[in-house]
Amino acid sequence: MNNFKVLMNGIIKENPTFVLLLGMCPTLGTTSSAINGMSMGLATMFVLILSNLVISLIKNLIPDMVRIPSFIVVIASFVTLLQMLMQAYLPDIYATLGLFIPLIVVNCIILGRAEAFAAKNGPVASIFDGIGMGLGFTIALTLLGAVREILGTGKLFGFTLMPEEYGMLVFVLAPGAFIALGYLIAIVNKLRSN
Amino acid sequence: MKKLESSLLNMAVVLTVISVIAGGLLAYVNGVTEGPIQEIKAKALADGIKAVLQADEATVQQVDTIDGGVAIVYKTDKGTAVQAVNNNAFGGSIKVLVGFDAEGNILGYNVLEHAETPGLGAKAGEWFQKGAKGDIIGKHPAKNNLTVSKDGGEVDAITASTITTRAFLGAVNSAYQAYQGGAVDANSSATQQVKEVVKDAVDAVSKAACCGDPAKCEANFCTGDKENCVCGSN
Amino acid sequence: MEYLLIFITAIFVNNVVFSQFLGICPFLGVSKKVETAAGMGAAVAFVLTIATIVTYLIQKYVLDANGLGYLQTITFILVIAALVQMVEIVLKKVSPALYQALGVFLPLITTNCCILGVAILVIQKQYDLLTGVVYAFSTALGFALALIVFAGIREQLSLVNVPKGMQGMSIALVVAGLLAMAFMGFSGVDGGLSVLFGLK
Repeated sequence: MNNFKVLMNGIIKENPTFVLLLGMCPTLGTTSSAINGMSMGLATMFVLILSNLVISLIKNLIPDMVRIPSFIVVIASFVTLLQMLMQAYLPDIYATLGLFIPLIVVNCIILGRAEAFAAKNGPVASIFDGIGMGLGFTIALTLLGAVREILGTGKLFGFTLMPEEYGMLVFVLAPGAFIALGYLIAIVNKLRSN
Repeated sequence: MKKLESSLLNMAVVLTVISVIAGGLLAYVNGVTEGPIQEIKAKALADGIKAVLQADEATVQQVDTIDGGVAIVYKTDKGTAVQAVNNNAFGGSIKVLVGFDAEGNILGYNVLEHAETPGLGAKAGEWFQKGAKGDIIGKHPAKNNLTVSKDGGEVDAITASTITTRAFLGAVNSAYQAYQGGAVDANSSATQQVKEVVKDAVDAVSKAACCGDPAKCEANFCTGDKENCVCGSN
Repeated sequence: MEYLLIFITAIFVNNVVFSQFLGICPFLGVSKKVETAAGMGAAVAFVLTIATIVTYLIQKYVLDANGLGYLQTITFILVIAALVQMVEIVLKKVSPALYQALGVFLPLITTNCCILGVAILVIQKQYDLLTGVVYAFSTALGFALALIVFAGIREQLSLVNVPKGMQGMSIALVVAGLLAMAFMGFSGVDGGLSVLFGLK
């Protein structure tokens, strides 16, 4: 499989949100607006690329039986790194995403890709896998955030598209997250079956 | 390269090495980012104070903590900013920073923390600003009745969020009380209890003054030259 | 009374699944049958309570005492992973019956973000140990409640004709959305209760 294929695989064929249905907590919890969804996607991508790279580099040094704990330490280190950098240089976004930043550690996508891809492939392919999966996740979260923001408040990335009074507030609230994602998955299913 | 075997020694060594590297890396980054994180917190507070006082520059002269943090009064040369909390909001508590001029008129406000419903109670950040429907800017908590119009006051509640509005106005009114109390008790010794963040804010605001003249530094020590001045407390 | 308020709030008002979006993966993954849902709920309640006690003590006496607060995430996740393993081993030896019931769910719990999430929240909210434990246990009950109710609906759903594109996860998410809407009816109840209990 060449690197381009690896990249596109994550964005379309095995999209982590719409197809693999992984990482649902941040997907639902942080997408009250397009910009929040995108920030969460990019934060996850950052951890995914670095952990994929490091794990593919050290995979032969790790005995099989301690594989999972070692992976978790690597992932948790990058998450903490991200936490500290965001607190220092992007405090507003950090405050919005809150608890979901440390929870990147338990995002199934990251450990899943470490196990399924990085532990079996070389560093370059692993980076591309990280970028692909990360982009797939980011695109999905931005899309869901955009849908919820438009329907809920009539805005997109903060720009007003229609008067706020026309917005259906429920889409910004918790139930809207589930319902919007449900219909988005149905649309993706329909597109994929054609 | 061949994969390492899962012998006990190998496993222990590998896990230890990975943990030590991870711990070391994080300790290093923590050291690098600690300064900026503190600075940003202090700057956010300083910016908040300047914003609610509608001033480009303000020097904090005195900080009073009332009842262990229920309200914090920042006296500056441009007016007084008071941080107050009300616990009866819809989603728990709401924390606001209100700026008063010398007569006690409201100069501006800022919602610092809240857990209100997005699209409803969360509008408190804009609803009471100048020109908006629930405008409280320029009003005086003692001369104007700052309660919800439904309760006989003169402020229009946020649509479908009366509880949030009541809590918000409650916080504004207790901020005014703290402001008044602070005015009477000008030499309160409560300054000692001020939390760390507050100290940082004082430091940030008085930084420039400090390095020219260490005596002006309200904190414990002052080091460095004019460009790289550090004014802090132990 | 304060504990009763935390208990009710954590189960109904701030339900971990429907209003905090934690633990969604197992919520969607093991909710096809009521029995498995109940098993998962019990396993989470068990591990979450123990994990909260352990992480609380570690935060207070190891991390905070040594100024290592920045190692919180990495320590907590390792502790939780190790704890799950230990619970599995102990349960196998001590109570084979309970192991039979909960065993299959234990490995899944490490990556259940509501465990790590609640452990961090207890520290962030600056609860004391007892309050933290009550909060953790009630949160887990809220998770179990959500899971079991949802599983009940999904069992019925399997008998219904669903449009082709909506089958599977899609309709399940819409159902979860409607359930979340039902749970929104509880919002504000905590404020009323705290007045009733004379806490304000």
